[in-house]
Amino acid sequence: MNSFRYLAPRSVDEALGLLAERGMDAKVVAGGTGLINMMKQHLVNPEALIGLGALPGLDGLARVDGTLRLGALTTHQAVATSPLVAEAAPLLADAFARTATPRIRNVATVGGCLVHGDPNQDAPVALLALNAEVTLASRGGRRTLPLATFLRDYYETAIQPDELLLEVNAALPPPNAGSSYFKFLPRSADDYATVSAAAVLVVEEGTIRDARIAIGSCAPTALRCPEAERLLLGQPPSAELLRAAAETTRAIANPLSDGRGSAEYKRAMVPVFVRRALEQALARAVAQH
Amino acid sequence: MELIKQRITLTVNGQKHELEVPTSRTLIDCIRYDLGLTGSVEGCGVGVCGACTMLLNGNMVSSCILLAVMADGADIQTIEGLAKDGQLDPVQQAFMDYGGFQCGICTSGQIMAARSLLDHTPRPTPDQVKEWMMGNLCRCTGYYKIMESILQAAQAEAAQ
Repeated sequence: MNSFRYLAPRSVDEALGLLAERGMDAKVVAGGTGLINMMKQHLVNPEALIGLGALPGLDGLARVDGTLRLGALTTHQAVATSPLVAEAAPLLADAFARTATPRIRNVATVGGCLVHGDPNQDAPVALLALNAEVTLASRGGRRTLPLATFLRDYYETAIQPDELLLEVNAALPPPNAGSSYFKFLPRSADDYATVSAAAVLVVEEGTIRDARIAIGSCAPTALRCPEAERLLLGQPPSAELLRAAAETTRAIANPLSDGRGSAEYKRAMVPVFVRRALEQALARAVAQH
Repeated sequence: MELIKQRITLTVNGQKHELEVPTSRTLIDCIRYDLGLTGSVEGCGVGVCGACTMLLNGNMVSSCILLAVMADGADIQTIEGLAKDGQLDPVQQAFMDYGGFQCGICTSGQIMAARSLLDHTPRPTPDQVKEWMMGNLCRCTGYYKIMESILQAAQAEAAQ
């Protein structure tokens, strides 16, 4: 690892001041489970690290009207074990609980996960299916953008060098919704997914009123699946319909070959796991009646 | 390039240390080489194997992917701090009594993770033990004995 200055701001304002001055050659670190590994491999060589460990008030989970607010410094373990999340957005609890190991979840944060921009992560898939938005701050002000816009490419997001991610807001599904997160893990329980899929379905009077589908580990970023969603909307749910909708996701999958499967294999597995996620979400939606 | 250093305070096994460390020093290297506590070991160096598991403010962490400067002001527990007044911790005793280790490389990490489990969940089910311990690898594959040791330690603590 190269040598660097370590700066530990005590407030968001102080952090934003440091980012305004030296954001171009500094990196922000929270839990460090992504960044420190990249620095050890000399993939990232910042001249300064801005550590958020001493920054109060940026963690925590809160329900605000129909939204779940996740502070940037909330750990994966806090989300995975929160009774509030389990009740209001069970697929989010599943996605965070299935990330890495309890030891990593103790330090890896919500904000760090999103800014890292690794397409193999779990949380972005579930958050996309919840229409999540991220709030970024700089000394010039704040802006909010959809997570789907924030995620840009492999390890690349819309965050600017002078910006800090403050919070994520996920739209909570209505109480009669059914949701599901599927993670295909052929090797070990703590691995990244070969492919992953999240689904949220609302069924009223025998008709699908809302459908949100997202997939992970199969493109440069986690993706929403608009064509599959369109096919489902307004239709009576059936096994054939779910299968047809899932099949459309094969076309948007653009995976890389790696130790978790060849690109061809992952492309074939995407519709399979989307279908399973839809079937489970439907069963749960029906059980709500 | 000049090595940038910083002053930090760590409380390790109840003892306060003030030291000056390079900002790039990992916590495991600081504990081993600056403080001389070599019970914790570095295995994979990327947060996967669990050999370097220690407790930071009561929660288990991978000390190989945490910088010492990030732990400034923290309360840290390592394997050296478990025995009290010459008495092994019940988890240590159970690992000895039930053969919870073979070559020993992963053992301090296994024991710290198990200690953390029993601190959070005093009477874990076998499934809870598996879930909690999944990030602590034993290349001798002595998992059955490790499981048994942890379940026995939980029983011994409950009986106290």
